[in-house]
Amino acid sequence: MLLRSFPLAAEEAPPFELKGSLFTLTVLHLFQLDRAVIERHLVEKIKQAPAFFNNTPVVIDLEGVTGPADGVDFVGLYELLRGHGMVPVGIRNGGPKLQAAARLAGLPMLPESRPVAAARKSEAHEPIARSRTVNHPIRSGQQVYAAEGDLIVLGAVSAGAEIIADGNIHVYGALRGRALAGIKGDVEARIFCHSLEAELISIVGRYRISEQIEPADRGKAMQIYLAEDRLVLEPLIH
Amino acid sequence: MATVIVVTSGKGGVGKTTTSASFATGLAQRGFRTAVIDFDVGLRNLDLIMGCERRVVYDFVNVINGEANLNQALIRDKRVENLYILPASQTRDKEALTKEGVEKVLNELKQSFEYVVCDSPAGIERGALMALYFADEALVVTNPEVSSVRDSDRILGILASRSRRAEQGDPPVKEHLVLSRYAPERADRGDMLSVEDVLEILGIPLLGVIPESQTVLQSSNAGVPVIMEDGSEAGAAYGDLVDRFLGKTLPHRFITTQKKGFLKRLFSGS
Ligand SMILES: Nc1ncnc2c1ncn2[C@@H]1O[C@H](COP(=O)(O)OP(=O)(O)O)[C@@H](O)[C@H]1O
Ligand SMILES: [Mg+2]
Repeated sequence: MLLRSFPLAAEEAPPFELKGSLFTLTVLHLFQLDRAVIERHLVEKIKQAPAFFNNTPVVIDLEGVTGPADGVDFVGLYELLRGHGMVPVGIRNGGPKLQAAARLAGLPMLPESRPVAAARKSEAHEPIARSRTVNHPIRSGQQVYAAEGDLIVLGAVSAGAEIIADGNIHVYGALRGRALAGIKGDVEARIFCHSLEAELISIVGRYRISEQIEPADRGKAMQIYLAEDRLVLEPLIH
Repeated sequence: MATVIVVTSGKGGVGKTTTSASFATGLAQRGFRTAVIDFDVGLRNLDLIMGCERRVVYDFVNVINGEANLNQALIRDKRVENLYILPASQTRDKEALTKEGVEKVLNELKQSFEYVVCDSPAGIERGALMALYFADEALVVTNPEVSSVRDSDRILGILASRSRRAEQGDPPVKEHLVLSRYAPERADRGDMLSVEDVLEILGIPLLGVIPESQTVLQSSNAGVPVIMEDGSEAGAAYGDLVDRFLGKTLPHRFITTQKKGFLKRLFSGS
């Protein structure tokens, strides 16, 4: 019934569209509501920066307002601001009485603003598989994991430390702890280290413990990779 | 502004308390107003090594709990000017060390002292964490053996991740290595790690090497920090350590084997 009494003309292009958007607005923080006092200070401000007061949209923040909230003349306030080059678009904060008075004057209550950083982040591009770089030594008892990427360690990895990556692992110091690369199944993952002294090395679950590393390979710059499901240890410099 | 220095190691029995006592004494002897706090609640012994165990009335936990004020609990050293000791409680457990309580006491000490030295208990539990949490600098005490070096490495990781400086993103705690109970001839024989071995593993600057010395035990029993023992190698090594901490460049002594002559062997105290 209802649908039929207000039929939408399907063939006609819609006259509008609603979309959310973010704006940067000036916020006018009011501390009191005495119009005479506000006006005096406004005139001062305008003298300092006349260009600013040119139909500038503002949000009135009522958080700091002290004094009685009864009988506040928002219409008067609105006109005062309009008269000095500002266009109030809404209010923020303030108690229920102030908010009701503002609503009567046609000033809507704006929702709590979100931090700008968070808004920006959601708009940013999804980062592609990133590497994680650690520029300090990784000490015994510490664990560092690089998800969805490579792990690059500029210092040494101590015995008793554990470094893990979904991708490759590069250690530009001595590798003395445990290193596990490709833990989500990337068989192309490799471990590179400046000096192989590890307690354990592993790629996609294939591992060797310290004992199984040839003395000849120890203390050297090495790379470790998988070939036909077996770990291969190979000097980086021949 | 006062500097808070923690003396820590992870492992027990490596020489933290010995180092705290001599380091604090050395700073005070050089004219700096210094307080040294025993964080080893339940196992207090800094007061023994400092020779003031018979003058303990109130302790660190009393001050934290507001049962005594700082001036009542601080013990003034009788031999060295500018030196004060805040003893640990022997009867409480480590849970008495709350972060707020420790911070309050440290802030108060920082008003009137230039250096506040915190003697950490062993382990990585509350007492040790509280001793290092507020530190600006750390003396990491290590013996030349694998397990001690491993524990120091662990503590360095904790300093870098769980100190207040780390949590607040301030410049990191400045780390100094103190290699204690070093016996060059045993390192030469390969029974012990060498200075180079330890430095290579821990990778932090070496502040001092303290030789293994009989004098340390004797002076601890006498309640005299070994830095006050004239003519002892360990005491001299601590003296150098304090000077280096204060910015002097001095070569490291007592790290190579000296062939001792017969007479020297007869008369050497250490
Ligand atoms: N340089 C040293 N030479 C010989 N003995 C030492 C030396 N440093 C410490 N000691 C001895 O080692 C033991 C533990 O020292 P202490 O300072 O109490 O260690 P911690 O506080 O780390 O537990 C004590 O008996 C002490 O006399
Ligand atoms: Mg101790």
